[in-house]
Amino acid sequence: MTYLAKPKLLSADAPKNALGFTRRDYEGAISTLCAGCGHDSISAAVVQACFDLDIEPHRVAKLSGIGCSSKTPDYFLGASHGFNSVHGRMPSVLTGAALANRDLIYLGVSGDGDSASIGIGQFAHAMRRGVNMTYLVENNGVYGLTKGQFSATADKGSKNKRGLVNSDSPIDLVTLALQLGASYVARSFSGDKEQLIPLIKGALRHRGPALIDVLSPCVTFNNHSGSTKSYDYVREHNDAVNRVDFILPRDKIEASYPPGSLRRIVQHDGSILHLRKLDHEYDPTDRIGAMNYQQERHALGEIVTGLIYVNEDAEDLHRHLNTVEKPLNQLGDAYLCPGSKVLEALNETLR
Amino acid sequence: MKPTDIGVPDYFHKVVDCQWACPAHTPVPEYIRLIAAGQFGDAYMINWRSNVFPGILGRVCDRPCEPACRRRRVDTEPVAICRLKRVAADFKEDIRSRLPVVAPKNGKRVVCVGAGPASLTVARDLAVLGYEVTVFDSGKSAGGMMRSQIPKFRLPDSVIDEECDYILNLGVVCHLERWVDSLRKLLDEPWDAIFVGTGAPRGRDADVPGRQEAGKHIHVGIDWLSNVAFGHVTSIAKRVIVLGGGNTAMDCCRSARRLGGTDVKVVVRSGFDEMKASPWEKEDALHEGIPILNMLVPKEFKHIDGTLTGVLFEKVRAEYDAKGRRSLVPTGEPDVLMACDEVLVAIGQENSFTWIERDLGLEFDKWGMPALDSVTLQSTLPRVFFGGDAALGPKNIITAVAQGHEAAISIDLFCKGKDVKKRLPPTVNLVSQKMGIHEWSYDNQVSEEARKKVPMKALDAALKDIKLELELGYDPKLALMEAERCLNCDVETVFAPKLCIECDACVDICPTECISFTADGEEGELRGRLKTPAKNLDQSLYLASGLKTGRVMVKDENVCLHCGMCAERCPTGAWDMQKFLIEIAHAGAEVRRT
Repeated sequence: MTYLAKPKLLSADAPKNALGFTRRDYEGAISTLCAGCGHDSISAAVVQACFDLDIEPHRVAKLSGIGCSSKTPDYFLGASHGFNSVHGRMPSVLTGAALANRDLIYLGVSGDGDSASIGIGQFAHAMRRGVNMTYLVENNGVYGLTKGQFSATADKGSKNKRGLVNSDSPIDLVTLALQLGASYVARSFSGDKEQLIPLIKGALRHRGPALIDVLSPCVTFNNHSGSTKSYDYVREHNDAVNRVDFILPRDKIEASYPPGSLRRIVQHDGSILHLRKLDHEYDPTDRIGAMNYQQERHALGEIVTGLIYVNEDAEDLHRHLNTVEKPLNQLGDAYLCPGSKVLEALNETLR
Repeated sequence: MKPTDIGVPDYFHKVVDCQWACPAHTPVPEYIRLIAAGQFGDAYMINWRSNVFPGILGRVCDRPCEPACRRRRVDTEPVAICRLKRVAADFKEDIRSRLPVVAPKNGKRVVCVGAGPASLTVARDLAVLGYEVTVFDSGKSAGGMMRSQIPKFRLPDSVIDEECDYILNLGVVCHLERWVDSLRKLLDEPWDAIFVGTGAPRGRDADVPGRQEAGKHIHVGIDWLSNVAFGHVTSIAKRVIVLGGGNTAMDCCRSARRLGGTDVKVVVRSGFDEMKASPWEKEDALHEGIPILNMLVPKEFKHIDGTLTGVLFEKVRAEYDAKGRRSLVPTGEPDVLMACDEVLVAIGQENSFTWIERDLGLEFDKWGMPALDSVTLQSTLPRVFFGGDAALGPKNIITAVAQGHEAAISIDLFCKGKDVKKRLPPTVNLVSQKMGIHEWSYDNQVSEEARKKVPMKALDAALKDIKLELELGYDPKLALMEAERCLNCDVETVFAPKLCIECDACVDICPTECISFTADGEEGELRGRLKTPAKNLDQSLYLASGLKTGRVMVKDENVCLHCGMCAERCPTGAWDMQKFLIEIAHAGAEVRRT
């Protein structure tokens, strides 16, 4: 970590997106996490994804809970809306915000402690309700802020820094999300931005709950031999089922793919996910198959990464509840609070 | 692409753009840090060792370092390196006790012809080693063209006196007002080596009709400047035209402006941007109300019975052939007549070796220049060496100094009976600057301040007195702010692939996006797929292999701010900031006491 702010000096060659912004314009404050923290790479991947998608920073709301991971929204998209909620309560705050204003892009940022321990109830209900959001879990398997105790996602049999063996069963957020109805489920690795960035882009443009479980090594407490969430372990046991190329409707498709190697998925907004298959048998639209595959590989000690499941026809909470299309802040007082006569008339119909 | 061998001194030297661009390879960032720390004497001595005339060069150097400065590529203007050098000279304490102690005499006698920057550099380097050095010059005082051609309002005599004296006080014998008219005679005398540093003393003339007839009112620029410098000329007519677009032309017009010229203009054959004068010298001329008129070729000096009335110019435009060579073609528009009373011709300088007999075995090339080895500067007469403008043609003071150093090394080797081609390599030092987790022994916070203007005297007062130095120089406060703009390019980013865990922390933090981890490839193709494409082909890629994933680390040196953030973010210390200090071998280096 460093105490200095990044100097603003930049080469004239630095790339700009369609809005005229450089990547630097999507950054936030200087990170106070440990040097080498995987979370900082995830922040950088979010920056790159938003830059590539030409997202106007003020159209994004980033929400988080408590923990190392939940600090990170301060370190990217400095010009976006932000809400740092109570521990484990990010999903309900996000749900409320999304109901009030469906026009923003919602990015929930959480960690394994915030989502798999204290906030697991909130996590589960946000998934099953179908809140339209990108839910990033920065998963390192330890409680970094309290000096490296096992978290609920630590694998059984893995060791902590002092050599103690974890005896509890792990919670797998990918399996949970699949079971609970998330319509875009992926897993990736902070040390592999080529895989992570397109997955974030796909999630940001997905309508419905999109979970990305990102393994993010804790360099201070969980990057030793015996850990199953270290840089080395994840690289050695990474079973990527596919590679995603995210393509906006405006983009020309230039890459060519050998026949049979490609799965093309069109999302509701016309954006395209090109899945280059690495495992020929794997079908990312088969939810039950995905759950089985995930369990099989986990039993072998492998880590399944890539776009694990996507539902092309996903629907979200707004559709289910048939909510008004306009954000509440644009409706006006008279419409939002029609007065006691209207209330009486309504009550009358229910008597 | 082949991994970078950082053990080759040139690799990191090239990253220090200013030092690499300086002909004498002055360790610029090193002395700028000392200025920031208020150690002006130390900063001066570093300069003195490399470029011999810090006070002079801090005012009038051609500053090849500044166009090269990395800051220019991330900011609008480079660090004011030249004027910071002047700060070191202005605010230093008495440094006489820090000058080298002269070694006991070694019995060898060397003569230098001319007392300009090249000769004086040779004299200094060799005198320190115990050589008996004698300098001959035709002028009244030492300094050569620094004294005779640079106007006093840019470079006061006191500065030249001080820095020439540091050298002459090392026991150098200096015979002034002594014209050497024959090399044969010198060769007959018992000198172990002869150094020729006679400059390029002849100004080129404008050979157009009317030149002879109106000759009284037409002067060759460098001769006129030296007459002004020595007080032989103290006034000029009101309407003056200066022909030429180099730095001499700029000195001529600004001098004319101070000697009574109220309507002074510069007329140049080429376009404004192609002029040879440094941009800042053109700026200074414009600042003094002197217009610069371009694309005009003198055709005739108009006169009435020998009294100049004006100059007739032909309008031209530039045309380029397939090879990019320029030719000036008349536009066909009517000629332009500009009325004037006097003309200064500053269209170039030439060498003049009338005093060297052509039957001595000293060969000349077809351009009349001595045939030299470009490294050793030795002529075809092994005992005779050349340097400065006399060696490879007119250049500038800093080049003359650099050649003086090289000639001194050659002379030293020659007098010891060694092979002049076997030269010492530079000394190189690479040391980590890490002091703690967030602490470096250099100030790594990058200043975002713009370049500071050098304070000047009021123009109306300055134009009244040709000896009044126009620039006041930075005060210590401005100097500190300007020094802080230096990016410390000599504090190098050094990468140890074995320690790297490929966490991407350096890639993510780098403010200018110059680090990438990617698959290896050919350089040309690799440059295109870095995080920010590396388009500046003059700047190296630093490539390291041996990473666990088989990828390579590629760093584009082009816009690295040397802020050390990559090293601060690195959890394993794979990145380190290490100060690279390269000292070019000098003849006097082994007995250095400074």
